[in-house]
Amino acid sequence: MPDATGLELIAHELRDADGDSVLGTEFAHGRAALIAEPRLVHGVLERLKARGYGFLASLHGCDYYPEEPRLGVLYELLDMHEVDRISVKARVDTGAPHIPSVVDLWPGANHPEREVYDMFGVVFDGHPDLRRILMPEDYEGFPQRRDFPIGGEPVLFTYNEENSYGKWQ
Amino acid sequence: MSATSDYRRREESITLSSETIGQGETHELLTLNIGPHHPATHGVLRLLVTLEGEIVRDVQPIIGYVHTGIEKTCEDKAYWKVIPCVERMDYLSYYFNAMAFCGAVETLLEIEVPPRGQYLRVIHLELNRIMSHLVWLGTSALDLGAMSMFWYCFRERETILDLFEMSSGQRMHTRYIQVGGVMEDIPSGFVEKLAAFVKDMPHRADQYAALLEQNEIVLQRLRNVCPLDEQTLLGLGVTGPLLRAAGNPWDLRKAQPYSSYDHFEFKIPVGTVGDNYDRFRVRHAELYESTRIIDQALEGLPEGPHITPDRKVALPPRHELATSMEALIHHFKLVTEGFRVPEGEAYYPIESPRGELGCFVRADGSAKPARVHMRDPSFVNLQATAPMVKDAYIADLIATLAMLDPILGGIDR
Repeated sequence: MPDATGLELIAHELRDADGDSVLGTEFAHGRAALIAEPRLVHGVLERLKARGYGFLASLHGCDYYPEEPRLGVLYELLDMHEVDRISVKARVDTGAPHIPSVVDLWPGANHPEREVYDMFGVVFDGHPDLRRILMPEDYEGFPQRRDFPIGGEPVLFTYNEENSYGKWQ
Repeated sequence: MSATSDYRRREESITLSSETIGQGETHELLTLNIGPHHPATHGVLRLLVTLEGEIVRDVQPIIGYVHTGIEKTCEDKAYWKVIPCVERMDYLSYYFNAMAFCGAVETLLEIEVPPRGQYLRVIHLELNRIMSHLVWLGTSALDLGAMSMFWYCFRERETILDLFEMSSGQRMHTRYIQVGGVMEDIPSGFVEKLAAFVKDMPHRADQYAALLEQNEIVLQRLRNVCPLDEQTLLGLGVTGPLLRAAGNPWDLRKAQPYSSYDHFEFKIPVGTVGDNYDRFRVRHAELYESTRIIDQALEGLPEGPHITPDRKVALPPRHELATSMEALIHHFKLVTEGFRVPEGEAYYPIESPRGELGCFVRADGSAKPARVHMRDPSFVNLQATAPMVKDAYIADLIATLAMLDPILGGIDR
């Protein structure tokens, strides 16, 4: 992990390259995080990749309900030579949950991005095949959002398939 | 038109008949559906394979058949009740799931695990790694037609499960690793039994090698089959034995030691070309290395408490409940509400038998996590299937899938 100073230096560098790209930094429990502007997150990740953080260890979503903007997409980057980790956070609104896809930088982001789309409804612009991955293709709603209730869903049979899904409201 | 019928229409439009795209009988593409309940897919994995004759032109893995929403369930449970839930994700490496989750929570709580607890964790993690590799070896050999390997591997696995039962009372999903340490100290007789196993295991691994290494069929099915180079694997996010088989010695136990792994001397087996044979050899060599780690951990097992003395996190010992009011209050608090974790986020990566297993936990200050996510290595590694088997024979697809070692419980969560 870069220390708190190292993180600020990285944030400065990224701001020099693109003024609005980094909104802030967080450093807690030895974890360094950059808060990125969602529209410009692709450029931030590209620069971090060129800087040595060449391995996308994880990409996942998180719902910050009731904070706004609610949905967060987290990128855990890893520098395998310096053995250093940094995470990048981008928060988007539930109203227009759009964020650029990073599949062109890391082909391995394909499945994780589909999972975040499936679970949180974040749309990754430029993703080659953005479909649901774990839930059924015709599922309605985004189950990992905090306002999505747990349980109580009827079992799907042929006779009730027409009025089964999406009837929790 | 409703979404359901739209989906039905698309499903019905998939034709499984052959489609001629060129001249003659040799130029046709066949879409073949494998799974989701096919013994060679190692779980409920569905593959849509496009074949040209015997040759695989494209593979699309379709997953989600065992998605049970464990991550969602975890958000509704107190931290210590999450442990049995996450253990059921990757059902062959339950100690690793628990370890990743507990590690993340310990990071947020900023508590230290006592040395004995760390060593006991290492012993059980490495036993689990051997167990997981044995299941992989047995079932993979079965896919290649070597029936007897299955019985030999499961014989040793049985010994390990007996050891798990001794230390925790359960054979699978043991809930042994707790936040702050481990559930209980090892019982009497455990050390002797484990020492006998450690002595026996390298000899058994030699026997597996003798059965497979000189087997012409196995060698033909594995050597130079479906290699994938290191850079492609890194781009796809592949870690673990698959990456090491391609020659990259990346192992979190060495690179970012956790739970006292830096106290032990062990090697990281690597391959050279990254074909199926290297994948097999790397995992087989890890059986020896894990045994060595267990041997050293057993030798240097420190005395002391097995779990943190912090009563706000760990349950007080049973005997204190009868005499100490304070202990009774803490016990009651922990069992009813659980402990609260200060606000924050943590990502805790460990080296599971399949690669980097990272647990992301977001705490909102209450007694339940606001988000638990497992970066499961099988989920990411599965993406390497298509580039690996492209333009290979369909029989090699089965062998490669076996060498990939995906666990569908971990993929779907």
